Amino acid sequence: MKLARANRLTPYVFMAPAAVIMVIALLYPLGYMVYGSFRAWDPSQNISETEFVGLKNYITLWFDPSFRESLGVTLKFAISVVAVEMVLGVGLALLLDRNIRGMSILRTLFILPMMIAPVVVGLMWRYMYHPTVGTFNRFLKSIGLDGVDWLGQHALLSVIIADIWQWTPFIFILTLAALQSLPQSALEAAKIDGAGGWQQIWHIKLPLMMPVLIVTCLLRLIDAFKVLEVILVMTEGGPGLSTEILALRISRTATEFRELGVAAAMSNYLLMLLLLLTVAMFAFNKIQTARAARLRAAVQEED
Amino acid sequence: MATVEITNIEKYYGGYHALNDINVDIADGEFVVLVGPSGCGKSTLLQMIAGLETITGGELRIGGDVVNYLPPKQRDIAMVFQNYALYPHMTVGQNMGFSLRIRRDPADEIKAKVERAAKILNLDQLLDRFPRELSGGQRQRVAMGRAIVREPQVFLFDEPLSNLDAKLRLSMRTEIKELHQRLKTTTIYVTHDQDEAMTMADRIVVMNTGVVSQIGAPLDLYDRPANTFVAGFIGSPAMNFMDGTIQGGKFQAANGSSWALPSDAKVTEGQRCTFGVRPEFVEAGGDVAAKVIVTEPTGSETQIVADMGGEHFTCLFNERIAAQPGDTLKIGADPEKCHVFDIETGLRL
Repeated sequence: MKLARANRLTPYVFMAPAAVIMVIALLYPLGYMVYGSFRAWDPSQNISETEFVGLKNYITLWFDPSFRESLGVTLKFAISVVAVEMVLGVGLALLLDRNIRGMSILRTLFILPMMIAPVVVGLMWRYMYHPTVGTFNRFLKSIGLDGVDWLGQHALLSVIIADIWQWTPFIFILTLAALQSLPQSALEAAKIDGAGGWQQIWHIKLPLMMPVLIVTCLLRLIDAFKVLEVILVMTEGGPGLSTEILALRISRTATEFRELGVAAAMSNYLLMLLLLLTVAMFAFNKIQTARAARLRAAVQEED
Repeated sequence: MATVEITNIEKYYGGYHALNDINVDIADGEFVVLVGPSGCGKSTLLQMIAGLETITGGELRIGGDVVNYLPPKQRDIAMVFQNYALYPHMTVGQNMGFSLRIRRDPADEIKAKVERAAKILNLDQLLDRFPRELSGGQRQRVAMGRAIVREPQVFLFDEPLSNLDAKLRLSMRTEIKELHQRLKTTTIYVTHDQDEAMTMADRIVVMNTGVVSQIGAPLDLYDRPANTFVAGFIGSPAMNFMDGTIQGGKFQAANGSSWALPSDAKVTEGQRCTFGVRPEFVEAGGDVAAKVIVTEPTGSETQIVADMGGEHFTCLFNERIAAQPGDTLKIGADPEKCHVFDIETGLRL
């Protein structure tokens, strides 16, 4: 009896160290942040000395126009970069999914931007956008046009362009993998059925790639909501609040405004948003798996 | 419906000569089977007819028009693939109607055509199902349905029954033949299974290492194979071959046996040649001795593998023979049903 019980517990004993590390490394800081978000907390204070303020931080933030603007900028940034990156990435993959000489080198070149550290990307683009010595304005002036105030008047657009440059390869590489694993015979059948290039893309390739595209899109969206380094280096959130995305605002609230409780509450808002996206992604996968299982069961029942 | 003329067709993959001077004329409404072992080029030829593979040399005509450089969609052909190649995200009905939808046919016309094809293939209850909800046989019927609705000039089948189990293969074979008798569409069918070729074809094209070995009606190939390859490939169990010389108007095999020659054999005294005897034409009670190795009774027939001067020799008797391993069997064969081939070239003499 005792032996049976010991046997049943064995796997949990083996899992225990990993579980302890996870609790310390993941759940403790998370719990700390949630706890801190209910308190008026200055960095000079120990958390035990802080005053409990309930949902005040959350409510204040909800009605704070700066926070709302930041949230708006984040949404605008994330949605526009992901939309453009999806179109460009999928388009490039469709274009480069062929066997011609030198294609493998070209594909490698395409994914290079993704490998560069974000801070370096930020610096690089900041110099390229420089009003007087930047590559873009010098080019514009050389062809007789006026320079553009990239990081001033068009700051959000400029950081969006930089992000698109860096992250389109991510979509490209995943889409290309999905494309290359499509059943070749279905594509040949489509050719024989009379489908032209566009019709094959629209009726066969895109629908068959859809599960991969949806997951890729969600992964990119989650990542875009958390972007910090490139924008920090390029604009520091300015001018004004025009490029102050949430991650940047959280960092400034904690360090410049010294309001750790508010920063924690803000992080929780972002966390909830990302959680919602992640849950949506898992739900989508779950629904797909369940549907496939149900169909398999139905077929087996008939056999 | 249309004729298909394959004239001097060549195919190179880099330096590899995959198809060498292929010439086949297929008549309107004919059912032609391309058969041969793996790697003989039969599927490549079919893909070239479909337009999925480029043609290196020669001329391909469908319905009298040269189609060498036309894309598949302009060749008015329909193809059934070995792995069905159904569109997994479309229902059976959508799969079957896809080509018509692409062609922008009116919706009610598409519906009517799909329903008519579904009825022919007993798929009318399955039109709203997805391919993953179907069995292998049903999927293959959907693939055929997809081909039928287009009412193409030519049907192409690329080993369509290879993925099915033996029982289903037999019934689908009958279905395809019935379908052809009903629609009378010119059909080119690729298989490596000589049984399938024999039972389904109006004419068989036997291919080997990128060349056509022989073209003819199934029974012609069986009765008068042009060379040792066709003789060995067509017929099951395979023909027995023996090497030897012509001596005293008879074939004297190296294994010690002696056989009377068919009357039409063009041989000369002393000529070295290969002699072929089909197992099913071996008769009990001749003067050739063979030692039984294995006896395989099936009820209606008895197959015996015997040793003849160190070589295996297969006999198929249409009766029950109670021979034990080690027994000596006296056998012979009707000379008119035997075959003589040149020992060097393998050509029929």
